[in-house]
Amino acid sequence: MIDLIAQLINITLVFSSALIFAAMGGIFSERAGIIALSLEGYMIGGAFLAAVAAHVYEQLGWGASSAYLAFFTAMIAGMLLALIHALATVTYGADQVVSGVVINFLAAGLSVFLVKVIYQGAGQTPTLKTAVFSKWSIPYLSDLPLIGPGFFRMYPTTYLALFTVALTAWILWRTPFGLRLRSLGEHPAAAASLGISVRRYRYIGVITSGALAALGGATITLTTTGNFSHATIAGQGFIALAAMIFGQWNPHWVLLAALFFGMATGLKNIIQLYPWARDIPTEWIYMLPYVLTLIVLSSAISRARPPKALGEAYDLSRRT
Amino acid sequence: MRLWDRFLHSFISPGLWVPFGSIVLGFLVGAIIMAFGGFNPFVAYAALMQKAFGSPYNIGEMLREMTPLLLTGLSVAFAFRAGLLNIGTAGQMVMGSLGAALVGVLVPLPPIVHAIVALFVGVLFGALWGSLVGYLKAYRGVNEVIAAIMLNWVALYFANYVIRTAILDPQQKQRSLYVASSARINADFLSALFQNARLSYGFLLALLMVYVFWFLLYRTRLGFELRAVGAGAEAAQYAGIRIGRQVIVTMFLSGAFSGLAGAIEVLGVYGYMTISTVHASYGFDGIAVALLGGATALGTLFSAFLFAVLSYGAAGMQFAADVPLEVSRVVMAAILFFVAASALVRSLYTVTLGRMRRGSLESEVNRS
Amino acid sequence: MKPKSDQAGVYVSGTTHGEKPGESFQGTTGGTEHEPIVRMVEITKRFGEFVANDRISLDLYRGEIHALLGENGAGKTTLMNVLFGYYQPDGGKIFMNGHEVVIKGPDMAHALGIGMVHQHFKLVDRFTVTENIILGAEPRAGFTIDRSRAREIVERLAGQYGLYVDPDRRIEEITIGAGQRVEILKMLYRGADVLILDEPTAVLTPQEVHELLNILRSLAAQGKAILLITHKLKEILAVADRVTIIRRGRLVGTLPVRETDAATLAEMMVGRRVIFNLDKAPFQPGRVMLTVRDVKEARSGADALKGVSFSIRAGEIYGIAGVDGNGQSALIEALTGLRRIASGEVLLEDKPIHNANPRTVFESGVGHIPEDRHRRGLILDFPLYENLVLNTYYQSPYTVRGLIQPLAMQKQAERLIQAFDVRASHLNVPARALSGGNQQKAIIARELSRRPKLLIAAQPTRGLDVGAIEAVHREILKFRDAGGAVLLISFELDEILALSDRIGVMYEGRLVGEVLPHQTSEEALGLMMAGQTARGVKEA
Repeated sequence: MIDLIAQLINITLVFSSALIFAAMGGIFSERAGIIALSLEGYMIGGAFLAAVAAHVYEQLGWGASSAYLAFFTAMIAGMLLALIHALATVTYGADQVVSGVVINFLAAGLSVFLVKVIYQGAGQTPTLKTAVFSKWSIPYLSDLPLIGPGFFRMYPTTYLALFTVALTAWILWRTPFGLRLRSLGEHPAAAASLGISVRRYRYIGVITSGALAALGGATITLTTTGNFSHATIAGQGFIALAAMIFGQWNPHWVLLAALFFGMATGLKNIIQLYPWARDIPTEWIYMLPYVLTLIVLSSAISRARPPKALGEAYDLSRRT
Repeated sequence: MRLWDRFLHSFISPGLWVPFGSIVLGFLVGAIIMAFGGFNPFVAYAALMQKAFGSPYNIGEMLREMTPLLLTGLSVAFAFRAGLLNIGTAGQMVMGSLGAALVGVLVPLPPIVHAIVALFVGVLFGALWGSLVGYLKAYRGVNEVIAAIMLNWVALYFANYVIRTAILDPQQKQRSLYVASSARINADFLSALFQNARLSYGFLLALLMVYVFWFLLYRTRLGFELRAVGAGAEAAQYAGIRIGRQVIVTMFLSGAFSGLAGAIEVLGVYGYMTISTVHASYGFDGIAVALLGGATALGTLFSAFLFAVLSYGAAGMQFAADVPLEVSRVVMAAILFFVAASALVRSLYTVTLGRMRRGSLESEVNRS
Repeated sequence: MKPKSDQAGVYVSGTTHGEKPGESFQGTTGGTEHEPIVRMVEITKRFGEFVANDRISLDLYRGEIHALLGENGAGKTTLMNVLFGYYQPDGGKIFMNGHEVVIKGPDMAHALGIGMVHQHFKLVDRFTVTENIILGAEPRAGFTIDRSRAREIVERLAGQYGLYVDPDRRIEEITIGAGQRVEILKMLYRGADVLILDEPTAVLTPQEVHELLNILRSLAAQGKAILLITHKLKEILAVADRVTIIRRGRLVGTLPVRETDAATLAEMMVGRRVIFNLDKAPFQPGRVMLTVRDVKEARSGADALKGVSFSIRAGEIYGIAGVDGNGQSALIEALTGLRRIASGEVLLEDKPIHNANPRTVFESGVGHIPEDRHRRGLILDFPLYENLVLNTYYQSPYTVRGLIQPLAMQKQAERLIQAFDVRASHLNVPARALSGGNQQKAIIARELSRRPKLLIAAQPTRGLDVGAIEAVHREILKFRDAGGAVLLISFELDEILALSDRIGVMYEGRLVGEVLPHQTSEEALGLMMAGQTARGVKEA
């Protein structure tokens, strides 16, 4: 039983890591007032570029460090997609939901297109051999019962994801940058009247969200799947979005929500190993994050308070 | 709501050249990407046209492809007119397919009646799924975009579960049994016209829906109320229209269009329903079609046609010019991007023609 | 350089360059004595073909309170937005301390020492007072905000200028008056020497106005230059040193306040003689038309109804005075079916209409000119004719068997446009294209055409120019004289006093007093609006 719990903790953290990255990204975007529907697209972009870059580095013979390099290379894809989103929504006042849908669709189409172009028509990238992350065992701590295998034999991405949460919270609530970013999600005209450039800060917020969500996508390629195809992300960006809403745009709560949703996925993987659990339909487990989010959002008890100006285009010509 | 007003407004005022410019720019982006990938875009686009219009069979199949595009487009456009973005067409379509498949497989009925009942149940499933979004928005305060996204995935897994447990084809494992032939809506005369393309009564039904859409919006009291809610929810409420009820009714009807699309796919095209892990792209397509068409009946018809050509012709590009067919998806995304960022297209227009940008006077006057 | 004027020089005072303005104020001593801190010269700003500012010149000295007077839409705010860097002028120059400056944006305006308090506060509700004040110019400790220092600075500034605020409260928890103090502190924190205040008194009680004017005086005494945008003559006469008047985007003139009076200013602002007194027929009350008895809401808060009772008779205008946010909106909504009440009753003649839906209320004989005509009163993108049948569209002949009848709607619209003198190029223009006055006339036409028993007029003249205001007042009085009952809700005390036959004062969801207009004064009303109940003035 202890083994099972340790295993569940471990797998939860593995599956949550990508969600944590993407959801933190979502916070940066939505706190600045731009809807982060495009998280899915950023994740696709990141997963794609991580797979391609890791393969290239692997070919160059860079061995295990390839994974690290590819991981950070992946950010570029997310940032480029986010740049398009920012261009449409911040500069040209496009509807943020529509633009988000465009980004998701663009990322899906373009990534598969490029895979086919690069790998002569193949539907997926070659499976990585060496350029994937392996789990770290923290000395001494990993030998502890239960929490050792649960928490301290982990991919480096998981630790980085947890660090990102702390960093996000620190930036948003301790720094001038965070205060300004949050003011844009609440009342952009107020910020503008104080000389804060709505455009610049929103661009920064959105591009940061692209970078972080791309890290989430890269996490999936470099820890779980080992390659990229059209089905690698398959809705995880929307789960991250759900986690962000579930956690009320607050990094620590969002972390809990992401862990919870990650556990749902982890549970499904573990359950399949045990004969007694085979009868539980996997579809219900798949549904869980979405249904829970709807229940939470529709319950009167925890009325979600999204950033006040979320989704509103800030138009320079309409100031009053 | 104000956002939608303005968004709608941006379609009405500058006439046709925002959508037109967007199409041109979208194809341009596709060409650049193809050139970047080492392909000749002219050859590729020629192959696309060849595939879409090359033979009666191809035209027929292209129109078959257009059917769900048109219906999901109408679905999105209808909700849009009431100020709602129905991003849940994918889920509503899945539910429509499921309803039709269940009736088609499990309920024995005489021909014609069977088809009508199956269609009806499909439409009803889609409509109810849509009204669930409406309910969550109107009475539980959930943003309709978030609700619809979540419900899309719920619908997908729910449908997979039902197929797997109730109507699974034991040989195939990944799809349902065939629906009874009495439930099929094949139109042999149409197929014959187009060299046996899988064109069914569904296509004719979809065309009829264009008229229904227009009639509902502009000739009925319901449509008046719906447009009022879309253009000014608070004023509509003041005029005695019950917003909550209206939102549900709107989403019910919007979902009905999508449900019909799903039912036609099962009853008119494939005859079965597959278990899939990801959504078909119709959710996106519907939005693209509706917005490019300015959420009007004829605009939607036109843009559904365009997207069908792109979508169906893409296979020809891959076959004849070796261009991965995903490039057509990129073109579609680019077109919608430019439609959404219509200010960009407009400013390009302004630069090229050196004209004064319209509307600034108006916006100034309205500021007070 | 002489300020341009379209008048034949009559109103132009001698404020040529370098010359000291009227002796009614004293410039600060020092090297800048003869140099205005701000000089705007022949500023022109166009929007498309519309000229919002046509060669307007204005100068401002340290220690001066300078009022900018004009009607709604005259171009006051546009001119100040140019000075604050929101807009770039299409012509003209701005000098600060004698040097020409091009102000590219608010941050640059701040750097030059210009601050602006906007008519609609620009405060982030969920931030604290301190956070709002320091936003964009945060004191730092390393990479982080130095919160304790920020708090200190805020408290010090608040003490120095007598602007009391609680630095740790969130904006959503403080009063409107306190919000305005936060806005002023925001400017002072940034070291502003030039303070622009855009219609700062619109949301305040008379006492709060008084307090604000004192603050402005003390700021001026400490050397700040203050530009006060307003259309209220009384405030100008009370506090300003000089006044610049603009009309339809053009400069009418600048003159020392000492040398003028209300009638002159009004005439300069409007461009013709203004009659201050309305022709009002004697009060002839009939039977009781509306009875409101102890109406309460379930929710709490300053703007929730906590027991409101009053009645209105036929032929009577009942005015509700009060500061915005004291439950007026809730009252209107409760009377028109837009809001549920928890207890009490609303009777129209003898028929209860509370908690009915808006359509039932309307059908039983209530007309309603909504507070916000752009959001509630009209559907701006709908054609005029559809707006004119907005609450009757479902009735015959406009709807027959579920199908709408545009021709019948247009015919009715034609009639209303004629009868109420709504100026529109044709029936199909979107309501958006109409002027504010004509929009309001269209709403009044629609509401009165059904011959209601009760007319609820909420802020009926907000944002209108004087001509339109007079027209609206005439229609309301005509309706009253024909035996209609009117509930008038307005934040403009003058309007309440001029039109009402009886006045109820609302404060925090209650009626704190009821008075007769000729037996009360603005001061007495002001005290009640600030929550003090009237003693001995309660009437039947």
